[in-house]
Amino acid sequence: MAEEVVLLDFWASMFGMRVRIALAEKGIKYEYREEDLRNKSDLLLQMNPVHKKIPVLIHNGKPICESLIIVQYIDEVWNDKSPLLPSDPYKRAQARFWADFIDKKVYDTGRKLWTTKGEENETAKKELVEIFKTLEEELGEKPYFGGETFGFMDVAFVTFYSWFYAFETFGEFSMEAEHPKIIAWAKRCMQKESVAKTLPDRQKVYEFALDLRKRNLGE
Amino acid sequence: MVEVYQQVLYIKLDQVALDFSIQEKELSKKREMAEENKVTLHGLWLSSYVKRVELALKIKGIPYEYVEEDMKNKSPQLLKYNPVHKMVPILVHNGKPIVESSVILEYIDETWKNGPPLLPRDPYERAQVRFWASFVQKQLFETMISVLKSEGEAQQKVIKELLDKLKVLEEEIKKIFPEGIPTSMNHETVGLLDIMVVTCFGPHEVQEEVLGFKFIDTEKTPLLFSWLKALNEIPVVKEATYPREKLVEALKYIRQVSLNK
Repeated sequence: MAEEVVLLDFWASMFGMRVRIALAEKGIKYEYREEDLRNKSDLLLQMNPVHKKIPVLIHNGKPICESLIIVQYIDEVWNDKSPLLPSDPYKRAQARFWADFIDKKVYDTGRKLWTTKGEENETAKKELVEIFKTLEEELGEKPYFGGETFGFMDVAFVTFYSWFYAFETFGEFSMEAEHPKIIAWAKRCMQKESVAKTLPDRQKVYEFALDLRKRNLGE
Repeated sequence: MVEVYQQVLYIKLDQVALDFSIQEKELSKKREMAEENKVTLHGLWLSSYVKRVELALKIKGIPYEYVEEDMKNKSPQLLKYNPVHKMVPILVHNGKPIVESSVILEYIDETWKNGPPLLPRDPYERAQVRFWASFVQKQLFETMISVLKSEGEAQQKVIKELLDKLKVLEEEIKKIFPEGIPTSMNHETVGLLDIMVVTCFGPHEVQEEVLGFKFIDTEKTPLLFSWLKALNEIPVVKEATYPREKLVEALKYIRQVSLNK
């Protein structure tokens, strides 16, 4: 029986991108379906009735939801090549911890840049600086967050690279100037086909974020 | 003659010194090995996140040392082991720290393969367990905490959210237990999702007393109610039950502090 893999996604979603990168790393053929988030398809509502969110991976008719859960699922099912999680339990715990950190901190704080104004916005900017500093410390001199090879934590974070330009412009700072190690790491990841082919153009993302800001703040 | 005795004495002393040094090295090795396999859990009696890890350790039969931390006066150890979040639980194994309860639980499952498995083997089922564990934590437990910390209209809003989401879990439980909830459970069949559910809502009667309304009962959520009842009866779970009055006091205090802000 042929494997049937369908991905319900949205082009600008850094969460959806994680799944696309994982699928590409494993060389899995799949059908990509773009969702209109303001007019969600019946399939999406049926496959993710709880959250009604993308990404959703549908494997042989069965849905898996939540980007990091999907990436782990992909890693466990297609375990014959390009392992994303290391085999040592302690190193796996480290990878999961940092992926969880990205979810808790980078996304929630980052989006405040275009959903808040005034003092809340200023606080978010400062918090984001601290978050990126922490990440740079964790990266240290390693080529990837996972160590010598591109792994789970890199997949979790590199998708935000396409959003850095939006962060920088709204936050009025330069990632390259303030967090050069992160930029160097991101560029290294971009040399991988799976990443380069997945991440959308940053200008397009910025324009999308501008639109989000208009809708959130009515500017 | 005296010289001979002296020689013999020195040889004997050397032998004793050698024996002693070998013993010391062996003891030190034993101490090292004990340290190597030593498991310490840094926690807080009130934290359901900590309870999850405790339950997992007990179910797997892993001996551990427990260290109660003071969140208002964080110890240097806590700050050393969890510099990023400065929170508990922290599991220290082989001298290395693991933090974040969900990460710790998977670490425990992957490291101690002898005890009952916390996650199923099939990748699809694993994904489902991870999804629902996250749902119980983020959508249910955190919403209940929001109910605790709010009042008036804001509280009414989160109460409705909580009740709606509990219905979602109730629906899912039908799939998890297609033959209905077993009347008794034992620790061998307890998995990650059971742990999440019982540590978040095991004390629901106390939570309901403080909040002033029932959200888990035989009418609205009969399956969840029965599941919790069966889980609460398991000896390892029963032992870890919060002292009732202490919990009531702590929840009331948290509510008061939040409302005063």
